[in-house]
Amino acid sequence: MNPLAIANQILQGVLLGGLYALFASGLSISVGVMRFVNIAHGDLIVLVSFLLFTLTAYFHVPLLLAVAISLPISFAGGYVLQRFLLQRVLGKGILQIVLVTFGISIIVQNFLQGTFGADTRRLSGSGFESASIPLTNGIGVGYLPLTIFAAAVLLIFALDRLLYTTRVGAHIRAVSDDVDTANLVGLSSPRIYAIAMGVVGVTVCISAAFMSVFANFDPTSGPDRLLTAFEAVVLGGLGSLWGTLIGGIIIGVAQLLGAQLLGSEWQQLAGHLVFLAIFLIRPQGLFPRY
Amino acid sequence: MPEALLTVDALTVVYDQFRATHDIDLAVDAGEIVSVIGANGAGKSSLLKAIVGNARLASGSICFEGSDLAGKTTAQIVKAGIALVPEGRRLFPSLTVEENLQIGSSVGRPGEITLATIYEYFPALADKRRQLARELSGGQQQMVALGRALLTNPRLLLCDEISLGLAPVIVNSLYEIIPALARRGIGVLVVEQDITRSLAVADRFYCLLEGKVTLTGRPAEVSRETVMRHYFGL
Repeated sequence: MNPLAIANQILQGVLLGGLYALFASGLSISVGVMRFVNIAHGDLIVLVSFLLFTLTAYFHVPLLLAVAISLPISFAGGYVLQRFLLQRVLGKGILQIVLVTFGISIIVQNFLQGTFGADTRRLSGSGFESASIPLTNGIGVGYLPLTIFAAAVLLIFALDRLLYTTRVGAHIRAVSDDVDTANLVGLSSPRIYAIAMGVVGVTVCISAAFMSVFANFDPTSGPDRLLTAFEAVVLGGLGSLWGTLIGGIIIGVAQLLGAQLLGSEWQQLAGHLVFLAIFLIRPQGLFPRY
Repeated sequence: MPEALLTVDALTVVYDQFRATHDIDLAVDAGEIVSVIGANGAGKSSLLKAIVGNARLASGSICFEGSDLAGKTTAQIVKAGIALVPEGRRLFPSLTVEENLQIGSSVGRPGEITLATIYEYFPALADKRRQLARELSGGQQQMVALGRALLTNPRLLLCDEISLGLAPVIVNSLYEIIPALARRGIGVLVVEQDITRSLAVADRFYCLLEGKVTLTGRPAEVSRETVMRHYFGL
């Protein structure tokens, strides 16, 4: 076994973990704050990927400008989705919200298949995605994975500051603590939930942008994204954003080490098995907040 | 006589076919302390919940400063100047003391009551402003709950069982604040099971039994025996 190759896989795995943490950060907020699992989270990421694809491929908008256009759209989309649809089933039991978001997942997948076909797509990062910094012979760190990791750390830092130092953050934590009391003392919980979902929308847009340059996507890529994100959230501990980053890193490292040691067909399964093993030992996650 | 700050007229609240209050008439003036006494299940909390828009009215009306509160959300009612100190304190446990208090300022109205006012009323809280609410003693939590309501700068303050489960010395310090609030012109509606405490502070009182007002008057003008008879329905 070549130790250098293993070190390389660990390094790449940590960076891949940043990507998983990016998708998981939004899910972490919806699970931690609104206390529901959005089954459509992965599909919403893919939906924004197709929005970016449309803007860049059909309207020839540069990628960064396309992201800048999509950010407010994603915030508004999250806000409206929560305010006018999800809010109606919130607090009516766990099953209703799961069914509604499952429905959204199916609608999004079929809408994308109908509109764009089943082809696999990828966005061009104009060479950025293949550039890398050489470290030693044969090992290098790609600009894109490094940027993704840095973006994940920055995004989680920003979300943490938003939740813990701003007024709207205090309101979000208050409804998360006790929504009935929040309503009783005059907070408007539907509005606060909608803002929180708007913030989730922003994380969805950022993950979609990086994801679509980093890997291929097609209309049915969503559920895979959801599964990895959900594992990262659960491993980290519900409601802990930094825990979500650690959870993402563990899964990323497990996948790439599994692929290195057992063969590439083991990559996905290795991630799931490590998740299950840690989950059995520590079902509350590594840094539980609740 | 000028119009009362709060007028409750023939209020009936029904939950799942259970009639929690039945034709209650009640009024609170600005700067007046009104107490509502009654045993468990007499309809006291339902009355308060109805006033802040948290219970559906089966019939009757609630007017605040001359306007009907029907159809208003709790958020709108708080903005209009009614604040509730809910039963059981109900702080946000993972927020700090100061964050809990600031929830009040952000949902309420601007006015003369600020964080500094609260820390003046309850100096014990000033040192604990960065602590999480769940780490406080029951008495301190009740101070935060009262402070959170006061920071909305209410015209009318509703206190639901603020003495429940607290040591008498703490209850005294909480009840000392109430006359000071009334002197600021705030109307205070105090709901209590503790009759002695409640009647000592009140200008007027209402006694509820099984959702109905059975007796009303000024504490000084009604004998203890009469109050007890109506309280227990003997």
